[in-house]
Amino acid sequence: MVLQMTGIRKVFPGVVALDGVDFRLLPGEIHALMGENGAGKSTLIKVLTGVYDIDGGEIELAGERVRFTGPLQAQQAGISTVYQEVNLCPNLSVAENIFIGREPRRFGRIQWSEMRRRADKSLARLDLDIDVSAQLDSYSLAIQQMVAIARATDIGNTRVLILDEPTSSLDASEVEQLFAVMRRLKENGTAILFVSHFLDQVYEIADRMTVLRNGGLIGEYRTAELPQMQLVSKMIGKELEALEQIEEEVREAPRRDRTIIEAKGLGRTGSIAPFDLTIHAGEVVGLAGLLGSGRTELARLLFGADRPDSGDLAVDGQPVKFHSPRDAMTRGIAFSSENRRTEGIIGELTVRENIILALQAARGWTRPIPRRRQDELVDRYVQALQIRPADPERLVRDLSGGNQQKVLLARWLITEPRLLIIDEPTRGIDVGAKAEIQRLVAQLADGGMAVLFVSAELEEVLRLSHKIEVLRDRRLVEELENGDDVDADRIMHTIASGATP
Amino acid sequence: MNLTALLRHRLFWPIAVLVVLLASNLVFSNNFFTITLQDGHLYGSLIDILRRSAPLVLVALGMTLVISTGGIDLSVGSVMAISGALACLLIGDLSNPDSVGPVLLVVGAAIALCLVFGLWNGFLVAVLGIQPIIATLILMVAGRGVAQLITDGQILNVHSAPYRVVGAGYFLAVPVSFLIAAAAVALTVAVTRRTALGLLLESVGGSPTASRLAGIRARRITIMVYVFAAAFAGVAGLIYSSDVSSADSNAAGNLIELNAILAVVIGGTALTGGRFSIAGSVLGAVIITTLDITAVSVGVPVETTLLFKAVVVIILCLAQSATFRAKVFGRFSAKRTVPA
Repeated sequence: MVLQMTGIRKVFPGVVALDGVDFRLLPGEIHALMGENGAGKSTLIKVLTGVYDIDGGEIELAGERVRFTGPLQAQQAGISTVYQEVNLCPNLSVAENIFIGREPRRFGRIQWSEMRRRADKSLARLDLDIDVSAQLDSYSLAIQQMVAIARATDIGNTRVLILDEPTSSLDASEVEQLFAVMRRLKENGTAILFVSHFLDQVYEIADRMTVLRNGGLIGEYRTAELPQMQLVSKMIGKELEALEQIEEEVREAPRRDRTIIEAKGLGRTGSIAPFDLTIHAGEVVGLAGLLGSGRTELARLLFGADRPDSGDLAVDGQPVKFHSPRDAMTRGIAFSSENRRTEGIIGELTVRENIILALQAARGWTRPIPRRRQDELVDRYVQALQIRPADPERLVRDLSGGNQQKVLLARWLITEPRLLIIDEPTRGIDVGAKAEIQRLVAQLADGGMAVLFVSAELEEVLRLSHKIEVLRDRRLVEELENGDDVDADRIMHTIASGATP
Repeated sequence: MNLTALLRHRLFWPIAVLVVLLASNLVFSNNFFTITLQDGHLYGSLIDILRRSAPLVLVALGMTLVISTGGIDLSVGSVMAISGALACLLIGDLSNPDSVGPVLLVVGAAIALCLVFGLWNGFLVAVLGIQPIIATLILMVAGRGVAQLITDGQILNVHSAPYRVVGAGYFLAVPVSFLIAAAAVALTVAVTRRTALGLLLESVGGSPTASRLAGIRARRITIMVYVFAAAFAGVAGLIYSSDVSSADSNAAGNLIELNAILAVVIGGTALTGGRFSIAGSVLGAVIITTLDITAVSVGVPVETTLLFKAVVVIILCLAQSATFRAKVFGRFSAKRTVPA
């Protein structure tokens, strides 16, 4: 047993985040920590890595009782972590990032060539061959993630490696690459704690799993002995019928008698090639494609977040030119970004303030929304979207990822948009919240709202969309009516070959 | 009231320091808190503190808004000098400097010029995207030059009864400069908290990218706060020059930008932008002025006044730092909670 946590208890003001949770890790295993948002996964990890002190229970590392007072101490004891959001310095070089704080030195001076050589070596172990002296942010998010893993595993005596949602920004081949690395580390006896919302990935890689719900321990299982459906119902504590219902509900095609937005030859050099796209009222249009295929770039052009350098855009048949997101908003378009933390929520403001922000911006600063009206709106959406904790005056940065996503959705829904563009709304959030958001999208479309739904998950796009736009290499390559003949394989084929079969 | 909640309140430590400063004054001068009425004017050390705080309060108000957007304005001192210089120059040219109408026009002209400089700062920051500290440094350096051009390098003395009222006059026994500062505070509170401006400022300061995507016109708002800051600095400059009945391009508002930034920070607004506290900044400005006056009244030698000020500020900043408090007080509470 490399790690044993017993009866861990952690209390925050007003919330019991962990209540008597046991967790153990064997050397050379990959162990998945499963649970919905707010189940206590992040808290457990932060307790383990010394970010939080515990209010009760015991932690034993390699048979010795430990109590960490900070992340550095945990790291020195052999617990390394790669967090969900890449936790590196984008303005430093790759090599500097890997060795930050423990640069190879001689006579007090950093040995740059030695550092680069060792950085090359540690990346080579991940089958990654890149220029380590280049600045980190010159690489894609996926590469940055790999660098973070290289950094974590390079630290000498790593006994426990924690990977918190490492795959959420990786495409399929990169995930395979990562898994290969994980297996190699596992063979060397490293215990890996793996957190992911992608069930398929968990079933592919994990040996065992521990399930948490509402801060409590549900159980510890062998992956091979727990079918997926059972796992999901253990996580959310109810049956999953709701998830499947959506399938029948939405598929009915809308009438397409009212065009909301029409793009002709709209494009922006270097981000997306000119494309044609029409979205009607009540229609859900899905954007499918790999990471970096131009999904987000397309969405940003429609919202005026970036300016097109070719083509025309018309809303309700009238030609428009958006100079800023605000222009698009006045035409009834809303856009929720994929980068929840940097382009979505404003962490230091409260849930209420975050929710009313877009509506307030649209009204202008001179016409504040009366406080009574604010409370009314916020209460309604906190309830409708089941935002937890249901306290509008809490700072939004203290909420879990899924709840932050719901806050963002609420922000746009209260502006009553006619076209809602949502980019990766279900990334990094749990099954239950995912189903809720999907159901919401379907309902909104039934109510006449047009939705442009961007997601890396094909299944999700297929389930929700009436029409699917397939992107590849920053080009819109195919438009598919979603019918019985369209399935994931069919779309994968287009993405892979770039042409209609 | 709950003691921990009281200790955690972000204005607790500033208020505590102010109380201590005032109390220590009492030790050295028994009649420190005495307020008397002479010739229909209120007199006393407390009144003096309020009167002399006025320019700093005005500048700190503008600085608070600028800082809440994540910016900073180093040019406020120079703007003070320019506004005083222009006012004194124009009053010198008046045929009858004792009639109220023309003096009011002059005051208006000086503030209008400051608005232009505020627009300039805002333009550099919001439209050209220059870092605030550099953008306002330009005017900080060039502004003194402009003021000297206006006064031809001389110290301009003026004799105008109406103009004198701005900085040294009394209305209903209360100093006019204090009334101006109080009105400015009320105006700022009304403009930021009665409208949605405060929320939008905090949003832009919290995350400019997210704010833009939420439809906030950050550029417009940013320009607005620099204009605001310059206008208040202009008024502060008028108070200062009126009080000394002259325009001194070098002395007016000298180093006031640093005092104002300090006042804002003492008041609990973070330099990184976001949440701001107007009450905190006003309190901070009053503390700094009290500190200056206290240094004199307790007899700190002139050459060590700045050192004395620095020590008090360090103590205050440490008291406000959560990390420091956790280190010092954390030990005591840890001892109490862990059973032996």
